[in-house]
Amino acid sequence: MLQIKNLHASINGKEILKGLDLTVRPGEIHAIMGPNGAGKSTLASVLSGNQAFEVTKGDVSFYGKNLLELSPEDRSREGIFLSFQYPVEIPGVSMVNFMRTAVNEHRKYKNLEPISATDFLRMMREKKELVEMDNKLANRSVNEGFSGGEKKRNEIFQMAMLDPRLSILDETDSGLDIDALRIVANGVNKLKRTDNASIVITHYQRLLDYIIPDFVHVLYDGRIVKSGGKELALELEERGYDWIKQEVDAK
Amino acid sequence: MEQQYIDLYKSNDESIKKHSAPLMNNLRDDAFALFEELGFPTKALEDYKYSDLKEALSIDYGLNINRIPIPVNPYDVFKCDVPGIHSYLYFVVNDGFYPVNDPRNSELPEGVIIGSVKQVAETNPELFKDYFGKLSSAKKDGLLAFNGAFAQDGFFMYVPENVVLDKPVQLVNIMRSDVDFMAVSHNLIILEKGSKAQLLVCDHTVDDVRFLSNRVTEVFVGENATYEHYKLENTHVKTANLSTLLINQSNSSTVLGNVITLHNGITRNTIEIDVDGEHCETKLCGMVIGDKNQQVDNFTSIIHNKPNCNSQELFKYVLDGEAKGGFTGKLYVAKDAQKTAAFQTNRNILLNKTAKMRTKPQLEIYADDVKCSHGATIGQLDETAKFYMQSRGISEAEARLLLMFAFTNDVIENIRIPALQDRIRLLVEKRLRGELSKCEGCIICQ
Repeated sequence: MLQIKNLHASINGKEILKGLDLTVRPGEIHAIMGPNGAGKSTLASVLSGNQAFEVTKGDVSFYGKNLLELSPEDRSREGIFLSFQYPVEIPGVSMVNFMRTAVNEHRKYKNLEPISATDFLRMMREKKELVEMDNKLANRSVNEGFSGGEKKRNEIFQMAMLDPRLSILDETDSGLDIDALRIVANGVNKLKRTDNASIVITHYQRLLDYIIPDFVHVLYDGRIVKSGGKELALELEERGYDWIKQEVDAK
Repeated sequence: MEQQYIDLYKSNDESIKKHSAPLMNNLRDDAFALFEELGFPTKALEDYKYSDLKEALSIDYGLNINRIPIPVNPYDVFKCDVPGIHSYLYFVVNDGFYPVNDPRNSELPEGVIIGSVKQVAETNPELFKDYFGKLSSAKKDGLLAFNGAFAQDGFFMYVPENVVLDKPVQLVNIMRSDVDFMAVSHNLIILEKGSKAQLLVCDHTVDDVRFLSNRVTEVFVGENATYEHYKLENTHVKTANLSTLLINQSNSSTVLGNVITLHNGITRNTIEIDVDGEHCETKLCGMVIGDKNQQVDNFTSIIHNKPNCNSQELFKYVLDGEAKGGFTGKLYVAKDAQKTAAFQTNRNILLNKTAKMRTKPQLEIYADDVKCSHGATIGQLDETAKFYMQSRGISEAEARLLLMFAFTNDVIENIRIPALQDRIRLLVEKRLRGELSKCEGCIICQ
């Protein structure tokens, strides 16, 4: 579904991604790990269409479409979902209004009628249960005053509502205690099907105890320098990233 | 500019007085003398530096000094902006109270008097003379002085002790004229001890000519009384609306003011709340949505004379096109007004580089045991919030709309009439979408 070839991207003239290649097929979970500053979050931002980053070279295709030519909203409507590392608070915009607008924009893109009020409420209720989200949160403004864990749950809730083909979880485990981590991971696992895929970006192996990846990639200095199975994550946990840096730098 | 009005007064003062009430005329010559001295306010004055009235005042308007009846059926031209609101309904056409026998108004609680200021000055002088002009004549202001000289009528409301009005009172100002027209009116509102009332003032224009209105409203809120004043301005670009709202609060009274400008030409709202009692609650809110060449200046002052009172001010502007916004928040805390808690917020969003906003908090605090704060910001829409919404499939246009709508939300929440709150939400949304939000009854909008 997703093919990234030789992707170069920079911010404020500084090159962060330096020729990244990655292929994701339906049904797969890819973990992307790497030391701080390797470009993990940049990859997430570029895929979701954040204008702050400039793509200087390379191709990204998603189900045959040139992803880089699509607006952020069209990427979402095509089925890409980014779970933000730092979800944004939007005072004054209620979760309900926000989600209804988003769901209806997705439906419009597919030439479907707006969702009925009853169907929408039922959908909200079902998806809330998936991430054990408090009813009160749904009545509040988007992320406003949410705790770190609530924000991350809210991301997975939105993911459930929008039913993406490819979800990108950017450091979803950061700032989560063990219970919240379990809930978030459970949500992701329940949403997994053979026709969708996930890219899990994480610094630590911890999350991968709960979300079992099919592939683990190590991102270092803007490139994927090593790929393997889930055992690679364990090795990284044990040995850190230095040996990989040395391996790369030696070349 | 002033000269034509000075000449007009000198040659017509007999007619002006003849068509008004003696008790109103008592103050008239003094007001005129003050106007002769001050003239119209210009931008050179500190209190008017955000209001450019020169062009609007240079038009050759007609005045209806001889009170020639205006042929109009207010029900025809006014289809309520706020359907679903159950209210007592009254009209001022141009600057005269327009009597209608609305069956709804027959349910007014006993003792409540609502009608023409001129008429009440004659029928109930005892109510009138202690209040009329008490707040307005004390001030040295050109627009107020002009009003004092030329206003012949206006809206009057009296709520007796402990009477609670079960429904809001709706006052609709209709501007109707075939030629460029100036309306000058003076309203008087009295709430006795322990009474409660909500007033909704709507401004409407019917004809496509230049209008200028100079309206003064004096409000006296008695001990333990609660008064809510809502103003919804939804006129057209050829209208200049110059209004002065003067409120006096007695002990333990509560006042909420909310002035909303959705569509206009030039607006100057001078609002002064004199907190002249202990344990008062005062809240003043406002919202402006402006584009094209619209100009809106809200000049507000809250004066704390007595201890143990709370006041809050919240004004929000969304400006686009070449709109100009101005806000002044004067806060005066007298030496004896200890334990005052006063908070002021003015936040503004400029949607482009050509819209302008000028804001001025002005705090004068002479008491030493107070809690006061103020904050003013001018900014753009939050880009990270916009991107967050886009990443969920919401189009950029819709995301902007949601953000602007959210921005105005806390002002809308300070509308305590549910039907009005719902309606204003809708009107604001339409306005932000660039659709006409004006009253269906306005000829201009059809």
